[in-house]
Order: sequence, then C-alpha cells, then structure tokens
Amino acid sequence: MTARADARYRFDNFVVGAGNRLAVAAARAVAESPGATYNPLFIYSGSGLGKTHLVGALGHLALDLQPDLRVIYLSLDEFVEQLHASISASETDAFKKRYHTVDLLILDDVQFLTGQRETQSEMLRLFTALQGSGRQIVMTSDRPPSEIADVDERLLTRLAGGLIVDIGAPDYETRMAILRSKCEERGLHFRTGVIEELAKIEFANVRELQGALNRLAAYQALGQQSVGAPDVRMILGAQGTTPITIPVAKSSGEFQSFLSDVAIAVAQHVEGWKARIGEAIAYWGGEGYRTAILERALQATVAPDVNELIAGYSAAVDHLRTLEQRATSVDPALGADEVFRDPERVGDAEQLAERALAGHTPPVGPSPAFARESFEVGASNEMAVRVADMVIADPGRKYNPLVLHGSSGVGKTHLANAIGNEMLNLSGGAMTVSCVGAQTFIDELIEAIQDGTLERWRARYRAADALIIDDVHFIAGKERTQDELFHLFNTCSDAGKQIILTSDRTPRELGDLEERLRSRFDGGLVVEMGPPDRDLRAKLYARHFAQRERAAADDVIEYLADRQVSSVREIIGTVHRICAAADVSAESITLTYVRGELEGVSAAPAPVRAPSDERVDSFFLDDEKIVWDWPDITARLIEEIR
Amino acid sequence: MSLVNYSTREITCKIVYYGPGRSGKTTNLHYIYGQVPEDRKGTMVSLATQTDRTLFFDFLPLDLGAISGFTTKFQLYTVPGQVYYQTTRRLVLQGADGVVFVADSQARQLDENIESFQDLHANLAEHGIDAREVPLVIQYNKQDLPKDLILSVSELEDALNFRSVPHFEADALHGPGVFETLRGISELVLKRLSAGSGSAR
Repeated sequence: MTARADARYRFDNFVVGAGNRLAVAAARAVAESPGATYNPLFIYSGSGLGKTHLVGALGHLALDLQPDLRVIYLSLDEFVEQLHASISASETDAFKKRYHTVDLLILDDVQFLTGQRETQSEMLRLFTALQGSGRQIVMTSDRPPSEIADVDERLLTRLAGGLIVDIGAPDYETRMAILRSKCEERGLHFRTGVIEELAKIEFANVRELQGALNRLAAYQALGQQSVGAPDVRMILGAQGTTPITIPVAKSSGEFQSFLSDVAIAVAQHVEGWKARIGEAIAYWGGEGYRTAILERALQATVAPDVNELIAGYSAAVDHLRTLEQRATSVDPALGADEVFRDPERVGDAEQLAERALAGHTPPVGPSPAFARESFEVGASNEMAVRVADMVIADPGRKYNPLVLHGSSGVGKTHLANAIGNEMLNLSGGAMTVSCVGAQTFIDELIEAIQDGTLERWRARYRAADALIIDDVHFIAGKERTQDELFHLFNTCSDAGKQIILTSDRTPRELGDLEERLRSRFDGGLVVEMGPPDRDLRAKLYARHFAQRERAAADDVIEYLADRQVSSVREIIGTVHRICAAADVSAESITLTYVRGELEGVSAAPAPVRAPSDERVDSFFLDDEKIVWDWPDITARLIEEIR
Repeated sequence: MSLVNYSTREITCKIVYYGPGRSGKTTNLHYIYGQVPEDRKGTMVSLATQTDRTLFFDFLPLDLGAISGFTTKFQLYTVPGQVYYQTTRRLVLQGADGVVFVADSQARQLDENIESFQDLHANLAEHGIDAREVPLVIQYNKQDLPKDLILSVSELEDALNFRSVPHFEADALHGPGVFETLRGISELVLKRLSAGSGSAR
C-alpha cells in the first residue's frame, strides 16, 4: 500500500452511527473479500464526513487480512498526474502494467473526472481489465456518479455498476461518540457537561467538530483554567474575532517577544521587489507556466525593473494562451504540449500553432442555395418559420435545440439551411455554422476513426458557433455516432451554441436512439412541418413557374393549388412536368392544357393538342401511357443489365 | 538550504547550537521548547544516550506562522559535544544559516571551549564556508555558578571572541539569556534576507 493512506485510518477508530452504518458495513465486506462482493464500491458524501478515513481503513484491514495483497491508494489527481507523466516519458506500458496487476485499487475524489477525456478512457480500460479479472475497485467522491458532469456514459455505468453508498452527517449520538473517542485518544479531560454541550452544536462535518474540540482543548491548556459547559458556545463563538492569543501571551511572554522581534526583522529585511517576483512565480507556476525567467531574475543581486519584467512575462503568457486556444480549436491534444507553458519558447509555440492550423479545414457551412427569402410560408409551416426567425434573431438562447420534423420534402432541409445562412449574414460572417447531413456526419466519423484524426474531427465541430444536423434520424442504431453526438451536443449547448436538427419523425418516434440523446432532443423545441396547405401550394406553384420563366394564369395556379400534395417536392415535380410537356408541345400553360396534362380526361384535350402537334407523336403525351415517375429506376436498370 | 523562498513565500532558518560537551546546548533547546505555546509546538526530537548526553543531535522545529506574508519556520539543532562525534557535527552543520556557540563558563572547561571553537571553524571550512561570513553569536553559559568556579565574561571574551561577534551571558537551565541569544542570532540571520543572495548557505 502506498504511503499516502494514513496509518491512523482504521476501523477501530472510525465511529459508526446512523449516517454511515451502511457505508462501513460495505467497506468491511469489501476489505474482507476484495473483488467478491461489491465491485466497484462507490462511497460519496460531503466533505469531512470520513470518506478518506473509511477507504483508508478498508485498505489497512484488507492488508492486515492478506498481507501480500497489492493495494494502491491514491487520489484521482495523483492518478492523472502519473498518467500524464507516463505519457510524457512514453512509459505508458509501465503505467498500465503497474495498475493492471493491482488487487485493490482505491481512488479518492473521483469527482474531478469531469471533462478529463483521456483519463476517462484510460480508466475505462483499466476498470474493464481489473473487473474482468475479479480485482476490487473502491472510489470516493463528493457526489454520486450520476452527478459527476461530462463523464463518458460507459465509464459512468461502470462506476455505478457495483454498490453506491453515501455517508450522512453525524447525529448527536455519533458526535458524542466521536468526541469521547477523540478525548480518550489525546488524553483530554473536560468538566462534565462540556462534551455534551459541544455535541449539541450541529456541525456539518467531523472536521469542524474536531476543530471545535481542539479549540476548547487549547483554550483550556493555555488559559490554565478548565472550561465549563456554559463557556463552550462563548469560546467557539468568539473564535472568529479574537484568536486565543491572550493566554498565549501570559504563559510565554519570552516567546511572544521573540516572535515580534522576528516579525520586525523579517519586515525590515524582506526585499519588496523579490517578494513581488516571488508572488508572480507562485501565481504563474500555479497556473502551470514555466517561470525560469523570473527565477533567474530573483537570483540577481540588484533589483531589475520589476514592472517591466512582470509585464513582459504576462504578455508572453497571454500570447501563449491565444496560440494554445487557436491550436486546440483544431486539435485538443495539442493543449498538453509543453511549448504553450514556456514563455521562453514563444517562437516554438507559434510554429506549432501554425502547423496545426495549416492542417485544419473548417466545417461545411449551410448551402447558400437555400435562402430564407425563398422559403414560402403558409399555415402548415408557419409555426416552424416563426420559431426559425426567433432562433435567427437570438441564436442559442430561445429554443435550443430546435428540432424540425415532418415527412420527406416539406422543406426541413431548406429551412434549416436558411436559418444557418441568416445567422451567418446577421453576424457579418463572424460566426461559423456547421451544417451537415447525418449520413455525412457518420461517414466523417468513421473516416476520422480510421485515420486516427478523431480529436481533430471533434474539434472542427466544437469550434463552430452553431450546429445544424440534417436528417438526424439516420443516427438511429449507430451507437458510436450517438456517443459522439451526445458529447458534441453537450459541448455546444453548454457553450450556448444553437443546435438545429431535422428529422422525418419526432424524437420520441425515433427508434434505436439512446435515451440521453432523446431527452436532450426533446429538451428544446420540437416543431412539425406539415404538407403544404392550399395557400402555400398556390405560392409555391407561382414561385416555381416564375423560376422557370413560364407565365401561368391565376386560374391555373388556383386549379393546381386545389390538388392535394404531400410535399413541396411533388409541387416542383408537377411544375417541371407541365413545363416540359408544354415545351415539347409548344403550348402555353392554360387551365385546359394543364387539366388535360394532369387528368388526361379534359373537356377538350384532343382538339387543342392534335392540330398543332406535328413534330411529336401524340402517343408520348398521352397521360395514360406515359409514366412520369419511375420509382426505383436504378434498381430496375441494373436488373435489366444483369 | 535557502533561507528564503520567494516563490513559495517561506522563510526557513536553520540554527545550530555548537559547543563543547556538557556546555548546555540541549538545555537551551529544552528551555525554548518549554516556552513555545501548544499550537506552535512541533515535536522536539532528542537522540540521547541513557545518561542524557546528546548522541546524534537534538532537533526543535519552531513554526512561527505567517510573518509579513511569509510562512516562517526556525529549525534549531544541537550537535553532540564530545570530540569523537566529529562526523555528526559536520553533518548537522551542513546548510546552517546561523551558529550559536555555547561556551561553558567554568574555568576548567576553557581548553574544551577553545578546542570546540577551533573545531567549529574547521568544520565550517570543510563545508567551504568562510567562518567570517556565517552569522555567529557566542553564549557564555552557566554564569549563575559561583564566581570562583567560572571565568568572567571579559576573560572568556579574550579567550574566544577574537572576532567580536555578539555575545550573551546565560543560565540556560533557568532561562536567563536563552531567548536573548536566540534573538541575537535570529537578527543576524534575518539580516541576510537583504544581503542580496537570498541564500545563506
């Protein structure tokens, strides 16, 4: 067992009460037969309630029972540090070997997993390996697994797969027991009623309770008078304002005056400029930057221009941050690169960022062909369009995500692209909008996995300010894509970026869609686009005839609009067909002509057509004999060739 | 060991009590230890033989808390006085920021005092330290003994303090002079904070 687990953490000095009975029982069971009962064991509680003590005790008991057990106890932070160190020293194999052979792995404070993608995937692998071979994992956290944000679902299920227990705050009896055992341990004696009085105060955790006890003990020891029950609250209450220095001064005047002498000497002799540089080193060092320049300055005997030095340093750091940001927007893996942490290597950092950006292609934007002003509005899609306009005016705020659904050809793609285009226009081109069909999304993902450019692929989409995915129903049953979309979705919605999805059915009706995605799709606004109504049909016919530069009389439009269609595409098809036929027969588009075309049995089709039709065999214009739509024509052709 | 670390805002002073056997170095530390309030008390480590002679060294950590924003710690060491613990003495002296030479005021101990004082210089030289550079004070201990047993301060000064470093009379067993000595050496050591090097090695 590593040295970190304090030897004082044992079961026999862990006070059991109502709040922690279950956790203690589980920990004991695990210690007695690691890997056999609850695997993994996940213990969570607020700070200072004994998680670390409990898992420490677990480790010690397990070792006492089986001295040759390989036990590793460490906090998640240390784990991450070791992982990073092993990666930078390219000794990942040694790292893996070390952990894959451990019998009992105790990880403290796993809540810091949030967002640590590489660590999560490493842990996932490790957990799978350990559990597969019946080894025990014990974890502690300050919240339940489900509340640890941004953790890979697969890891989460593993975390939650064993037993999850919590530790509650100690009740009065438990507090009494804790205080008694602490007094015994340290040989403290109080007058009767003092401990009881102290236990009555509801401390949120054991640490505070212990602190209060220490304060009483110190007060009693230094003041050379025993504390009575009525004094307890006074002493603890007064603690914030007057630290117990008065009794100290009484008992050790010599030490106090020595202390003040030292204080004066330090204040006199500490050099201001060094202290300032020291502060800067502490600050930037804490932020993870190399401070060699400042440290060298600190060694100097004469004061440099501190302001200039520090200003220069922080300017360099700012520059590095900008570079890092640019580089990570392309490839997050670059964020770990050392050059972004060393102000003395700004040049290298610039080069690295440049190289990264050179290999970067922005995500595909919306197609300019789909303009907002060419989108006709009618009762059937009015709601969707109105919502779309609101989204355009205020992306990411109102309806996020916006899910447009409706049968094929009602204009979902057009509207989604139009929203994207408008957002681009309004921002003056400052926004990046990625607009992609779900099928392309899947293909890109597969390609990225193949090429090992997954990070880059993710970064492309994450960098965009808005995400539009067309025909999202294609991701049904594609597990990996759903995973990626889930994280992408979270990243975007967390950053307040607009998400627009189109689908041929509501999220609820989408089969084979993971619940976490479905609920997220449902979380914004789901709006239907119906088949075009009569008004809309009229507008669409007019527009499409105009687009083909053919004049169509009002009565023709009226007649056409009266016909039921299921999609806009059908309308376009009809217009094309009429225009083509009219071209061939050199007819103008009149109501009778159109009716003849579409219904075949018109009031006077023959007389109108026959005389003028000399170039083309009228057979080809016979509605009954001509098939305008060839469903599945490709398949048929292939069949023919075979 | 660096005296002040500006990046971590820590000041650490290592002060070594040096002197011949039975001159009262450990007694100095015991008295100081007794005066330290509970909450600042570290554990005093004493490696003594059965007859209470210091075998290796005594170590008293003093946590003075935050002073001018610096976490300040004093580490007080004693060396074993007996001649044959030469190696230990040299080891303890390593990295000292200041030295208190505790002289035994008894007349019959004069030679031991002189020998030990020379030994101090030799050991400092071993570490490559110029004895003129290192902060040093002399304590004439046991001045409470009957006058006919001890040498007067001026006699001791003549014999030992040829460099005129600060000196203090003391009765380490009962306390007088102990903190004065500690204060004297602390002042010298802390002066080095502004001596420019940042290191008191």
